[in-house]
Amino acid sequence: MRIATPQQLNRLQQECQARLDRQERKLLVCCGPGCLANGAQKVSDELKKVIEKNRLKGFSVEALKETGCHGFCEQGPLVVVEPSGTFYTRVKVRDVEEIIDQTIRKQEIVERLLYADPATGKKIANYREIPFYSKQQRIALRNIGQINQCDIDEYVAVGGYQSLAKVLTTMSRQAVIDEVTTSGLRGRGGAGFPAGRKWATCAKADDYPHYVICNGDEGDPGAFMDRAIMEGDPHSVLEGIIIAAYAVGAHEGYIYVREEYPLAVVNLQKAIQQAHEYGFLGENMLGSEFSFDVHVSRGGGAFVCGESSALMKSVAGEVGEPRAKYVRSVLKGLFDKPTVLNNVESYANVPVIIDKGGKWFSGIGTRKSTGTKAFSLVGRVRNTGLIEVPMGTTLREIIYGIGGGIQNDRPFKAVQTGGPSGGCLPESKLDLPVDFDSLTEAGSMMGSGGMIVLDDHTCVVDLAKYFLAFLVDESCGKCTPCREGLYQLHALAVAVSEGRATEADIEKMERLSDTVVLGSLCGLGKSGPNPFLSTVRYFRDEYLTHIKDKRCPAGVCRALIRYEVDAQKCDGCMACIAACAQHAITGKKKELHAINQDTCDRCGACLAVCQRDAILVI
Amino acid sequence: MVSLTINGKVVCAEEGEMVLTVTRREGIDIPALCHHEAVEPFGACRLCLVEITKKEWNGWTNYVTACLYPVEEGLIVQTHSSKVNELRRTILDLMLARCPNSPEVRQLAADHGVTQTAYEEMPDADNCILCGLCTRVCERLGFNAISTVGRGHHKVVAAPLKEAPPDCVGCLSCAQVCPTNVIKYEDDGDQRRIWGRTFELITCKQCGKYTITREFAEALHTQRDIPLDYFDLCDECHRKELSLKMGSIVNWSREAAS
Repeated sequence: MRIATPQQLNRLQQECQARLDRQERKLLVCCGPGCLANGAQKVSDELKKVIEKNRLKGFSVEALKETGCHGFCEQGPLVVVEPSGTFYTRVKVRDVEEIIDQTIRKQEIVERLLYADPATGKKIANYREIPFYSKQQRIALRNIGQINQCDIDEYVAVGGYQSLAKVLTTMSRQAVIDEVTTSGLRGRGGAGFPAGRKWATCAKADDYPHYVICNGDEGDPGAFMDRAIMEGDPHSVLEGIIIAAYAVGAHEGYIYVREEYPLAVVNLQKAIQQAHEYGFLGENMLGSEFSFDVHVSRGGGAFVCGESSALMKSVAGEVGEPRAKYVRSVLKGLFDKPTVLNNVESYANVPVIIDKGGKWFSGIGTRKSTGTKAFSLVGRVRNTGLIEVPMGTTLREIIYGIGGGIQNDRPFKAVQTGGPSGGCLPESKLDLPVDFDSLTEAGSMMGSGGMIVLDDHTCVVDLAKYFLAFLVDESCGKCTPCREGLYQLHALAVAVSEGRATEADIEKMERLSDTVVLGSLCGLGKSGPNPFLSTVRYFRDEYLTHIKDKRCPAGVCRALIRYEVDAQKCDGCMACIAACAQHAITGKKKELHAINQDTCDRCGACLAVCQRDAILVI
Repeated sequence: MVSLTINGKVVCAEEGEMVLTVTRREGIDIPALCHHEAVEPFGACRLCLVEITKKEWNGWTNYVTACLYPVEEGLIVQTHSSKVNELRRTILDLMLARCPNSPEVRQLAADHGVTQTAYEEMPDADNCILCGLCTRVCERLGFNAISTVGRGHHKVVAAPLKEAPPDCVGCLSCAQVCPTNVIKYEDDGDQRRIWGRTFELITCKQCGKYTITREFAEALHTQRDIPLDYFDLCDECHRKELSLKMGSIVNWSREAAS
């Protein structure tokens, strides 16, 4: 069925809405990656079976929805009952009968599956009252967790493709660009370049054809915002891309999805097919003169292909290596033609900007960083998951307000933002508003929105070493400063962590970093030394402790620590003896154990298994 | 035409020219190992970094590779400022750590004051600086027999699957263009060995000298429509034949005139 006019779209929306309203209640099962890993699919299948078996009045299988990532991954698998907002956490297959029987049939709440506030222990029934959700504002993630993962009818029911209809029938190309410029939307992929300005430059370029590209090559360790959007609400991304294509006069586009996201590829391809069927893609969309088509292009697993020029080479079938961007890709991009490249999250914001107006959007966030930003909150924070907050929200609000503080009430040490090439911010920066400019000023960066919270058990040298190793591995190897410089920087970080370095080495690392930053060809190299630079800026003492005292204060760097048994606490349970792969622990049942320092390889397995805290890290 | 200032001197350049082209014309010595006129500029070795600014930038400067930066009106370029020299020195230092045994790298580094690398020397180092000239020249000639393989520090120049490259024609362009002479070949009688392959060299029908490989001749025949029998003679004998022809034409016209 092709939708040829905006009126037909309105009628379709009413029909879809009516179909949704037929169900008094909705049962939403989170099928995001976190919940799926914890068995959400089995829960969903079981729910379906039980619903079919019970034949409840006014409640059929249609009311069961497998949604995208609901965000609160820590508590998954999640099952939500709407419209009451009843929120069940860590649901297992064995809980399914009870949920259907109690909540659906009798409209009662299953108390034991509710979320308990960690501070008070009080159970909270409605998820909207849980601080994790109540402090968020969702624009890019607006539909995720609310609608079926890739059902175009449900997307249309919640107002989907109305912005596209508005653009195609009532707005000129310039008007669309003006609206996006007014919104102040800045690229969500990390660089924060104003999207309106990018679109305007491309639209004006008189070299044809023009292309649009959506960058879905989210490669930062611990980041999964774009994944959640592509998997959970592919149509919002698609709508944003089509609007951008109209604005810049492109008739062909690509969505570049990283190799590791097979579900995103499947869902996007389904969404593209559905959009074709309804006439939202293809020739003369919605009866207008505009034609556009989009293809999914899969990455090959290289982190550097998230860099725009490398990405374009990869789309074109060449080796994904960046080129110097003295001539910008907006003028000479894919196949050397003018190209607009934006991130998944940027595109997901566009339909809302068109719908509610650029002015409305610019009223959210701060003056220079408007709107909201999605973050994946991970690490040693209590509530890990996917969140979206207005720009300018402080780190403290995100980590303590939404994140619920540090696990086991340990002290906060630092937060790593912006992925491997971002930086670490210490406690003194907790009241920093999170926006593009403040983070850059503090020596970190927004990046695509990964946020890794660290407690006092994390060693910053070890952290820098980890990220440098990642970057050494992922450097494309084209230019000397990045390929050789990061390799040497990593080697020096290893020397620090093993107590082999001198104070002069720190200065050498700083000088080398300067060359890598100024001399590298692309963004990966230019920001590559950040993990070292930001940690040495805020935690220089910790580096010096490794060098001068040959000690790792966090008890992490293997060469500088040793494990010993606390004679007061050890009860001789032999758990550590069983766990030790090196057979370095000796002792008999109910007798004090001892660790042989010569054979111990400091893997920490004994520490992990000891129930009595009897393993000391010295 | 645009005018720009290089090391305090105002110079003119064609629009679209790169800064390195202009500095070379001006006789300014900037090292560049990955640059060659036969292929597009690449920007990999980073040795041609220069400092640029403009009046309207209010003191803000940037470091760019001269080989890739197009000239602009009013551009102010410093090719040997103390910062540029420092960056170049560190990059050469890093190169020296990678190729400690390369005479070319050693010499260039020494010219910039680096005689011993400050960094960890690469174990089992070879002399390849990964400038990519060989692979780019091969691509430019339309053979694509070799390419860079892998990523980052493990990157190497190799043929597909690291076997003898089936698309190689033994033209030696890769070996000729290599700035550090890493690519080895051997000519032995009418045999040429390179990249693990052995090619037969054509013998000049006149003088018996060896010319190019049969595969290269065939490639030139198909690519550029050069008749195969053209390769029966070496360049010298071709010239000889031409001069004989010219001589006979001159003689003939003289005879005709008398």
